[in-house]
Amino acid sequence: MDSTAHSFVDNAHRALHDAKLQHSLGRFKEGFPVKRRAAVDRMPEFDALREAAREIKDHAIANLDLYLERFTERAEANGTRVHWCTDAEAARQRVLEICRDSGARTVAKGKSMIGEEIGINEFLEAEGIRPVETDLGEYIIQLRHEPPSHIIAPAVHLSKDQVADAFRSHHRDYPETRPLEEPEVMLAEARAVLRQEFLAAELGITGANMLVAETGSVVLVTNEGNGDLTQTLPRVQIVIASLEKVVPTLEDATTILRVLARSATGQDLSVYTTFTTGPRRGGDLDGPSEVHVLLLDNGRTEMLGNEFREMLRCIRCGACINHCPIYAAIGGHAYGWVYSGPMGAVLIPNLIGIEEAGNLPNASTLCGRCEEVCPMQIPLPRMLRQLRDRQYRARNSPAAVRYGLSGWAFLARRPALYRLAMSLGVGGLGRIGRLKRNGGRFRRLPFADGWTGTRDLPAPAGKTFQQMWSERGGRRQ
Amino acid sequence: MSDARETILGSIRRALDRREPADVAAAAVAARLTNPKANVIPERGRSQGTDALERFVFEAERVNATTERVADLASVPERVRAYLQAANLPAVVKVAPDPDLAAIPWDREPLLQIATGKADDHDAVSLTGSFAGVAESGTLVLLSGPESPTTLNFLPDYHVAILFVDRIVGSYEDTWARLRARAGAGVMPRVVNWITGPSRTADIEQTLLLGAHGPRRLHIILVDGASSSAETS
Repeated sequence: MDSTAHSFVDNAHRALHDAKLQHSLGRFKEGFPVKRRAAVDRMPEFDALREAAREIKDHAIANLDLYLERFTERAEANGTRVHWCTDAEAARQRVLEICRDSGARTVAKGKSMIGEEIGINEFLEAEGIRPVETDLGEYIIQLRHEPPSHIIAPAVHLSKDQVADAFRSHHRDYPETRPLEEPEVMLAEARAVLRQEFLAAELGITGANMLVAETGSVVLVTNEGNGDLTQTLPRVQIVIASLEKVVPTLEDATTILRVLARSATGQDLSVYTTFTTGPRRGGDLDGPSEVHVLLLDNGRTEMLGNEFREMLRCIRCGACINHCPIYAAIGGHAYGWVYSGPMGAVLIPNLIGIEEAGNLPNASTLCGRCEEVCPMQIPLPRMLRQLRDRQYRARNSPAAVRYGLSGWAFLARRPALYRLAMSLGVGGLGRIGRLKRNGGRFRRLPFADGWTGTRDLPAPAGKTFQQMWSERGGRRQ
Repeated sequence: MSDARETILGSIRRALDRREPADVAAAAVAARLTNPKANVIPERGRSQGTDALERFVFEAERVNATTERVADLASVPERVRAYLQAANLPAVVKVAPDPDLAAIPWDREPLLQIATGKADDHDAVSLTGSFAGVAESGTLVLLSGPESPTTLNFLPDYHVAILFVDRIVGSYEDTWARLRARAGAGVMPRVVNWITGPSRTADIEQTLLLGAHGPRRLHIILVDGASSSAETS
């Protein structure tokens, strides 16, 4: 997929002034965090599970070569064909070859972030093969020619009216004037349309939530059951998975499953968790005759060797996104590429370069909620700071940041001047802010439109930290 | 193809700073794979017997499955007929060719049309067995095979699953142990399905709707008494 991450500032600006998007985001904030909290409260051992899950991923990543070799050996023993792909182009070409060999014209697709990463849909369309997304959210955004705005809720930025419009303009076999106000009605229509696509597809493509080295199995999790129809009905099945998906054993996969859905949607478990091991066997009445697994590097081995190795623990639950105040303000599209929120702000610069996506790590208040809710305890704020540092060193930071930091450095090296400037600024703003008509907040402030345009700025306390510290005699209270 | 494999494995080994064939690491990995160990099993997954049964029913209903309990397989035809009638469905069922279900006396309900095999698009109701029920989350475990076609679990609008009460276990780990005891270590059926309630989506304005692509309804008939299959412990 083409990136617009370089114009993040403009993207974010547009998002803040998009009334429909803001309406959808308002609803979003109330949903996932509340459900996750309830699920965690119902599981007293949640923190112990997190620790165990983290240990599993650290161990698997530290032995990635050995586990991938074992996975491959077991998968091939069960009749799966394993393909190693160094980058997105290699993966696209391999998918195309398999499609050509099987004569596939229509491809059913389960939601796959790796599929988004390698832009498989656009690529197949250009080659005359028709991919049909089957996850309801992915299907809706495919009709609208949009990328997903959230890794687990791809159409979360849309209202039901926008969904109805998309159905009206694409489902031409249905009467133009049919009622489409209720989500139930829209779902029934999408189910009927997509059922025919499932039955027609010669080939199915899904992602993978995990790969199990012990057995050579692919683990796939969905709520709709679209992943299972995709990997059961077509004659040929392709799984695209990045390298870090491999875990040692079925028990290890089980532990991770216990934290995945709770962190994502607040369910104890997603409705369908499926362990698939190879193609149809003797006597089987259904299932694909051919199963291919693509193991994709696409930047992972580089992260394995640098300070972002811990990011490879990510299981794509979306908890960091669901709890991010920046995401809640601008939604996912502003990030400009496949991923979004804190995990996106770390992953995107690593996968497509700091030159293209250097601004994303600045899209954070470093409030720390992302790390707090991450089931894998990935130190996202630390990584965001490291990327900011990298961007600064590459002299890629915005001019305002560079000059601002130089100005601050000038003052900070001159203590008397620093104290004077601070007491004037903080004291003055504090006094104005506490005026009755302001009520402790600024609705507008000159030179700070970027902040006050969409939110209030709390007025400073009126005294600097240093003043308060010396009033207390330099002691903690 | 093998070039890419060597390139990637080489990159991994360089990144991990593996300078020599790492015998120690290989031994640790082999040990972990040979003796899979359970990690943390929550209290909720440790129930047994009646507690496990009650927990299973509670959790399954919490995720919108329906359950009922019968004394034996002989009661199944009458219950299925009543269920279809209550749901206003035609009395037609596609049944898994499962030997465990062969003892169901379907002729007691002559109005029920029973066919066996995999599911087709026009099948509205399927009836399958279950390998296990996991009390921890009210999850059914089904294994694919000639006697248990996977399409029955996903294509029909209504999925009726028979679960022998003695197949309810506390945790997922218990089902892996049972599976290894039956099939051998490292041997997997083609598909293991964990099913926790009927299909759902919240992709339109986060409104929860049942029956996205898989069954709209999941009905679990709990059958008392020992199951005939050898795989239960």
